Amino acid sequence: MIQVNQLSKNYNGTTVLNIENLEIPKGQSFGLVGNNGAGKTTFFSLLLDLIQPSTGSIKSNDVQVNTSENWKSFTGSFLDESFLIGYLTPEEYFYFIGDLRNQNKADIDALLAQHEEFFNGEILNNKKYLRDLSKGNQKKVGIIGTLIGNPEVVILDEPFANLDPTTVSRLKKIIKDLADNPNVTVLVSSHDLQHTVEVCDRIVALNKGEIVKDIQTSKETLQELESFFAV
Amino acid sequence: MIRKFIYLEWKSFLRSASFGTNLAMKILIGFLMIYFSLIFIGMGVGAFYVLKKMNLEPLVTINKFLIYYFSFDLIVRLLVQKIPVLNIKPLLVLPFKKPTIVHFSLGKTALSFFNWVHALFFVPFSVVLFLKGYDTVGILLWLIAAFCFVYINNFLNIILSNIDKLFVVFLGITALLGVAQYYDLFNITIYTTPVFQGFYESRWMALIPVLGLIGLYIFTFKYFKNNLYLDAGLSKKEDVATTENLSWLNKFGTLGTFLKNDIKLIKRNKRSKTTIFMSVIFLFYGLLFFSGGIETYDKPVMHIFAGIFVSGGFLFVFGQFVPSWDSSYYQLMMTQNIPYRGYITSKWWLIVIATFVSTILASFYLFFGWEVYLTIVVGAVYNIGVNSHLVLLGGAFTKTPIDLSSAGGAFGDKKAFNLNAMLLSLPKILLPMGLYALGFYYGNKMIGLALVAGAGVLGFVFKEKVFSLIEKRYKIEKYNTISAYKQKS
Repeated sequence: MIQVNQLSKNYNGTTVLNIENLEIPKGQSFGLVGNNGAGKTTFFSLLLDLIQPSTGSIKSNDVQVNTSENWKSFTGSFLDESFLIGYLTPEEYFYFIGDLRNQNKADIDALLAQHEEFFNGEILNNKKYLRDLSKGNQKKVGIIGTLIGNPEVVILDEPFANLDPTTVSRLKKIIKDLADNPNVTVLVSSHDLQHTVEVCDRIVALNKGEIVKDIQTSKETLQELESFFAV
Repeated sequence: MIRKFIYLEWKSFLRSASFGTNLAMKILIGFLMIYFSLIFIGMGVGAFYVLKKMNLEPLVTINKFLIYYFSFDLIVRLLVQKIPVLNIKPLLVLPFKKPTIVHFSLGKTALSFFNWVHALFFVPFSVVLFLKGYDTVGILLWLIAAFCFVYINNFLNIILSNIDKLFVVFLGITALLGVAQYYDLFNITIYTTPVFQGFYESRWMALIPVLGLIGLYIFTFKYFKNNLYLDAGLSKKEDVATTENLSWLNKFGTLGTFLKNDIKLIKRNKRSKTTIFMSVIFLFYGLLFFSGGIETYDKPVMHIFAGIFVSGGFLFVFGQFVPSWDSSYYQLMMTQNIPYRGYITSKWWLIVIATFVSTILASFYLFFGWEVYLTIVVGAVYNIGVNSHLVLLGGAFTKTPIDLSSAGGAFGDKKAFNLNAMLLSLPKILLPMGLYALGFYYGNKMIGLALVAGAGVLGFVFKEKVFSLIEKRYKIEKYNTISAYKQKS
């Protein structure tokens, strides 16, 4: 589904990301772990054509992301709060994204009903604009927003951060359900090794922009990763 | 400790998004600032001679109008001067004493553009008075009193800024007084002129505003200090949200989706609401030209100038910042299934609709004759055909993120200054004036108007071509824009 070729990103002579080759097959749930500054967000930003690669390219479903915009129709993503429109209510935000993804109001309502438990009664019909919601609740809106329009690629940057324990376990279930769908490729980045291991089939560890580990998840994965990062 | 604050301020000024462009730009901005300062100073100096020529005692005449001057100043401040409150948050938990923080925040407002701009008028005017043999001590006392009023306004604005729509009340009162004076019903200047004159003539009256200012400062200080808590003075006001569907726009497809969003954008944010207010002001701007009240404005070429502005208020104040309105969620826009063309087209329609509505509303200009209204309609055609494209093109260069929640920034924000956008605004006004002048001096009024309207129609015909060009520009600038918008103002 996603092919990365000789990809690198430099800022003033410093290489922040350098991936020679990486292939993510369709339907995989892909976890990206690493310390701060490892290049996780940089990689996702490149994948979403928010920054330009210094060399190389990324192809998503055979669409080269920095030359064509066709990837947008099958990609759902949430990197941070700048993906939210502060002056809208959560409902309006969902309908807005729905309109852009050719979903009618009924489709959205069905999706929202499906995730009512995840919202925990704090999101819908609350008479609050997104800008006035707490960080955690904003994140809930952003995450569900990515699921609108049945995207084939879902990209979530640090989805577990800022969420309460109950919501984290509910989110894990949502991601696992997505991962079980053979048509959906999920990409998740996190500092939290345990959460990532639980929801992903494959884990790639980045360090200073380089891939240092690439493992299929098994029982020993968590231990392997923990010992790797415990320096 | 104050030195640490000044260090922070200096850094935030130097590191703002639009300031860090290049040296040539900074020099140009410097020149422009000097130029405008000179104009103000010129007004200060010239006021004396102009009034003298009109056989009016200059000081008394100025004193007569000072009440309106200061009222208007307060209204403008309430509308646009920003109160630096939010930057205080990170300082609260650091080892600064609260009084120091408050003194500094208040002191910072004292240096604002809204205060020193008055010096450009008052100081040269006083110098001329001094040279003409007016009493030196009197002039000094008068000047001190005037500045006390400037600063009283400054602190009043700080205290009153939490009350919404107060400026409307002040504007109403001032307008009422003005109208009452014009029709000789009630003349407030009869009561205020002797007071202002008293600052010059008596040796003690200037003490009153000084004491007033000191008292107000102490009050503001206490008010601020007692409210220096996250859930009190520093809290953000939360609005009660209502979900609006605006489903009548659904039939316009993607365009409708964007229009819905833009309508909410304008309705729900302070900053964008001021654009509507400004558009209305622009609507009445033409009165200065067409009523024949001001002689230098009553020239044919100036009429087309006014014609552009009457319908173009929204275009100029909203359109100029087009992608910036979406700056806080620009990354979302760039990852959604939105072709650039659709995005630009929806903004274009918004501008066109606003221009159209303004033109309809401007039909009261028919009172000045159908030729005047025709000029406005021609201006609207030019606005839709040419200027709408130019503002959108200019938008590609606008890299200043807009903080939607703050009312200020429309003028007072030094960070919102963009030279590329300004250069692009020249053809918006000068080109139609030139075209009109060409037609007028080589033929007649109608040929002039026809030339301007023709340019507008031509722009409209080539809309698709121009849009491709704009789209290309936006794509080139995309990555720079994203990274500039990430920097919060």
